[in-house]
Amino acid sequence: MAFLIIDRRPNGKHKGAVNRQRFLRRYRKHIKEAVSDAVNRRSITDTDRGDEISIPRKDVSEPQFRHGKGGRQRQVLPGNKEFLTGDRIARPPSGSGTGGGKGKASNTGEGMDDFVFELTQQEFLDFMFEDLELPNLVKKRLKDTEAYKLVKGGYTNDGIPARLNIVQSLRGAHARRIALGGAIRRQIKGLDEELKSIEGETGSEDRVREIKIELDRLRRRLNHIPFLDEFDLKYNNFIQQPLPTSSAVMFCIMDVSGSMTQDIKDMAKRFFILLHLFLKRNYQKIDIVFIRHHTVASEVDEEEFFYSRETGGTVVSSALKLTDQVIRERYPTSDWNIYVAQASDGENWADDSPQCRDVLETSILPKVQYYAYVEINSGEDQALWNAYEEILDKYSECFAMKKVTEASDIFPVFHDLFEKKSA
Amino acid sequence: MNTHTPIARGSEWTFKDLEAYESELARVAENYKLDTYPNQIEIISAEQMMDAYSSTGMPVGYHHWSFGKQFLSTEQKYRRGHIGLAYELVINSNPCIAYLMEENSLTMQALVIAHACFGHNSFFKGNYLFNTWIDASTIVNYLLFAKNYVAECEERHGVETVEYFLDSCHALMNYGVDRFRRPAPISAEDEKRRQQEREEYLQGQVNDLWRTIPKKEKPKAEEWPVFPSEPQENLLYFIEKNAPLLEPWEREIVRIVRKISQYFYPQRQTKVMNEGWATFWHYTLLHTLYDEGLVTEGFIFEFLQSHTNVIYQPPFDSPYFHGLNPYTLGYAVFSDIRRICEHPTEEDKQFFPDFAGSDWLETVHHAMKNYKDESFILQFLSPKVIRDLKLFAILDDDSEKEIEVTAIHDEHGYRRIREGLAAQYNLSEQEPNIQVQEVDLRGDRSITLRHLQHDRIPLAEDVAKQVMKHLHHLWRFDVHLETVQENTPGTKYICDDDSVRTVSTEKAA
Repeated sequence: MAFLIIDRRPNGKHKGAVNRQRFLRRYRKHIKEAVSDAVNRRSITDTDRGDEISIPRKDVSEPQFRHGKGGRQRQVLPGNKEFLTGDRIARPPSGSGTGGGKGKASNTGEGMDDFVFELTQQEFLDFMFEDLELPNLVKKRLKDTEAYKLVKGGYTNDGIPARLNIVQSLRGAHARRIALGGAIRRQIKGLDEELKSIEGETGSEDRVREIKIELDRLRRRLNHIPFLDEFDLKYNNFIQQPLPTSSAVMFCIMDVSGSMTQDIKDMAKRFFILLHLFLKRNYQKIDIVFIRHHTVASEVDEEEFFYSRETGGTVVSSALKLTDQVIRERYPTSDWNIYVAQASDGENWADDSPQCRDVLETSILPKVQYYAYVEINSGEDQALWNAYEEILDKYSECFAMKKVTEASDIFPVFHDLFEKKSA
Repeated sequence: MNTHTPIARGSEWTFKDLEAYESELARVAENYKLDTYPNQIEIISAEQMMDAYSSTGMPVGYHHWSFGKQFLSTEQKYRRGHIGLAYELVINSNPCIAYLMEENSLTMQALVIAHACFGHNSFFKGNYLFNTWIDASTIVNYLLFAKNYVAECEERHGVETVEYFLDSCHALMNYGVDRFRRPAPISAEDEKRRQQEREEYLQGQVNDLWRTIPKKEKPKAEEWPVFPSEPQENLLYFIEKNAPLLEPWEREIVRIVRKISQYFYPQRQTKVMNEGWATFWHYTLLHTLYDEGLVTEGFIFEFLQSHTNVIYQPPFDSPYFHGLNPYTLGYAVFSDIRRICEHPTEEDKQFFPDFAGSDWLETVHHAMKNYKDESFILQFLSPKVIRDLKLFAILDDDSEKEIEVTAIHDEHGYRRIREGLAAQYNLSEQEPNIQVQEVDLRGDRSITLRHLQHDRIPLAEDVAKQVMKHLHHLWRFDVHLETVQENTPGTKYICDDDSVRTVSTEKAA
């Protein structure tokens, strides 16, 4: 019997990947809703992973003609314990989870559960940030040359044995042998011919002997040309080519004065995390600068930014000035894409708000890609909001502000801020 | 007899072990007259098995979202441990392709080779339904043709258009089989050539059918013949040949779906027999190897454990009950045929005078070759199997308050249970009987389907309406569906361009 055993394991997995993508595309709308729900539900720290998505089963069903309930239905079942012919049994309540003791559902095989499946993290993020774009995504100079790519760059005369290029080396050796031996061979050829023409003639014995000695000497010289010489060896050369990386810096500015409760800070944090995830998809390298402020601003690390509390009044302009200073010192606008996200409950020292507006307008906005201000406040407009509103129209290109009242608003607000503007 | 050394020991398998098992099994199988296609065994990983699952076992298939849905759902259940994956998957083709999971232990691989490469394989080659309907040597080529054709259509007409069209075809897939005519097998190249001819020819034909130029002698209205002259059960075939407005490529896709449905039709009709046959043979073949001393005691214990799991039948009231286990039923019947042949009792002689006491090998081969589930059960389900499985029949009449037990495993019940169970495997009873009744050629070109109702069992209404919408998408004119119970018209549904509405015809009351 002819037979064949084939190992298919090395063959591509994901043969069904196309079909999977088809499915995701078809139920895009459902999945997006589920994703946006999931983002709101999640705790702050795990925004960055895949998730289970469920879609109502009836929406993904593939209809086929089949029998419904009713009429006279007969069935043969296994495992009789006590029934006798003619016994009457109460009908089990429909939809009870008795494992289909009645078994009517067996030919439909369809429960009304949702259709549940897993999205990978990448797919999840794709759906999360679909339709969003970074405003003013200007390509800055490719400066950060941290990443290199090795590309072939011809051959060199020295290198490590592993990079020895055999073909090039032998070709070189061959050429050298031809070049060095050329003159000798020519002489040999000439002498050979002469030898042939005079051999056997009388009186030429001396000359013949002379030629033979000469030929012998020449042939020995030819043999001394080495087959492979040190300088024939050629090595593959690789050169480092800088990979184009674009870098961005993200400033997180948050008010930590007494009026900011932990809840409000959590909401702000959510916003910052979303922005960070989003930037990560667009830039290879991202710096984050945390600036917090009450009456004075300071640059802090992440832990301190989110969890330590201060009391006291609020002077927002201090943070803006610090931001401006940091940009000037460390992030030249020619090299960096700069994004600033500010979260606050809107409270500010009364006289400070116009000053904020001025700092923003004169020194920050001209330098940044985008400035987003989120006010977490369910009450009336605060002075800061009003001050910012004045410049909103003028800088609508790179400045946006939104209000958030509860955690579930964060994602929609984020979505609004970065929604693709129809050009 | 125990003179041989075992083929292999331990539980890790190597390719050499598989070859050794294959050739030993082949030798034993030949003694049992198992006639098979050449085997092609492919080792795959769990993920590849899920891929194979989602394309319903087709080695190549066109792309469609529903396969992706299948994949996601299998993956989810597998990850959560709700289901284990099958140890093998076998494709009815020549050579017969069997997928083996790499995780299987050596014993499991041997079991699977016996089960798939000799059991299923010989069934595919021997059973009359497969012989009549399928040419195993061309199926892979045809699937390849189908995949490329669909891909080409997607390029020309857009993925979404094609996908939506396939949805509609899939909705009628179970009504795309030809129950009487035998299709002539052709190869993929022929298929491609013929497809182009068909495309041109068909379009001409269809246009002729709908010709609007008046003929010289216009027949009077009542002289117009009813079209079709007889009800048509193969809806997809009817659509392919007669739908007025389909583009040539759309007709070809209808045909592809129909052909694939036809390919799976014999498998759907022989689930019990096919699995029963394969289980019966893995049991018999491996025991023969054991008797010859070619496998160890440890092997046979591990094997028996899996075997027992495979043929476990939970009782009807168990939470694990999901209908009758085809492995259990089929295995029980085939084993019992052997018993009846070898050690017949009085009862057996009374029930099976034809073969009680005859040569068992010949009888099981005869049973495998000439029956499908329905007739197989009707012919071979013995009282002993009914007793062993404690089968009983119930009648659930919605006009009664309670369910009635109509038969149990006793003298009076055997035949009734046997008939009842056979009917349960009759696809034409399990699926609603729906046929094309009439096309209004002169009027609005609507198509009328008739659902012949049996025992007052209704159509599942909501899905029926959705299917009608799909049918409308294919037919492009109004679709009518009327239910008829014993010549009494019942509910009627009409699907026009926007919606499906219910028209009750009460006049017959």
